[in-house]
Amino acid sequence: MSTASKPTATRAIGALPGHRPMSPHVEIYRMPLAAMLSIAGHRVTGVGLVFGLLLLTWWLTAAAFGEPAYATAMAFIGSWFGTLILFGFSLAFYFHLCTGVRHLFWDAGKGFEISDTNRTNQIVIMVALALTVITWLVA
Amino acid sequence: MTLKRASLRSPLGQARGLGSAKEGVHHWWAQRVTAVALVPLSIWLVATLVRLSNTGYAGFVSWFSNPIHVTVMILLLGVSFHHAQLGVQVVVEDYIPGHGPRIVVNMLVNFVCYALAALSIVSILIVAFKG
Repeated sequence: MSTASKPTATRAIGALPGHRPMSPHVEIYRMPLAAMLSIAGHRVTGVGLVFGLLLLTWWLTAAAFGEPAYATAMAFIGSWFGTLILFGFSLAFYFHLCTGVRHLFWDAGKGFEISDTNRTNQIVIMVALALTVITWLVA
Repeated sequence: MTLKRASLRSPLGQARGLGSAKEGVHHWWAQRVTAVALVPLSIWLVATLVRLSNTGYAGFVSWFSNPIHVTVMILLLGVSFHHAQLGVQVVVEDYIPGHGPRIVVNMLVNFVCYALAALSIVSILIVAFKG
């Protein structure tokens, strides 16, 4: 039973005043793909991209300082670690872009049906991965 | 929510005059406007990064000697940092408990975002005027 294997979740429920039922909790609730795309695909990538902006600022500032500073920045970005970070940013960027565009459609009141969302889940993932691959093939 | 009331005033009466629950629709709308603007701007940035990945410093300077490129870059930077500030603000409001810490952290997020926006925009202008 889950009582033995998930003591934290049990405690979380037991801690509620009056032991009232609670809405599905992240610890015990297997989130649907759309929710995972919202949390991991949009929010986490969004926070990650803020660090991408830090890297972008460093790159531009280095260029303003002159050629040696620019060369230092490019040497880091061109290293295997820098390239790995850049690849991560590109993946995060395309996921954030795709989930973000879907959010705009939701804001316009379109695509709320579960069947629509299941379909757009697949589109978001496929397009984000495809754009990442295409970008790195071109680069 | 408790059903016991210490006051004879109705819940509606107590809520009136306290203002809206959050900051209204402005934040939400600004996030959407910046999001729409960032669709073309950020794709342009990726194309620019790919293009400048192996052109060296001379290629960078020559790319940003074009006033159109400088303008689009400045727009991208301003809109990106604004969008980032709005997004991080929501994350802070969701996960940082306590009114005081939340205000302090969000203030810091504002300072950092707009300082970095200024720094990156000034940097690209310096390159543009050099080139």
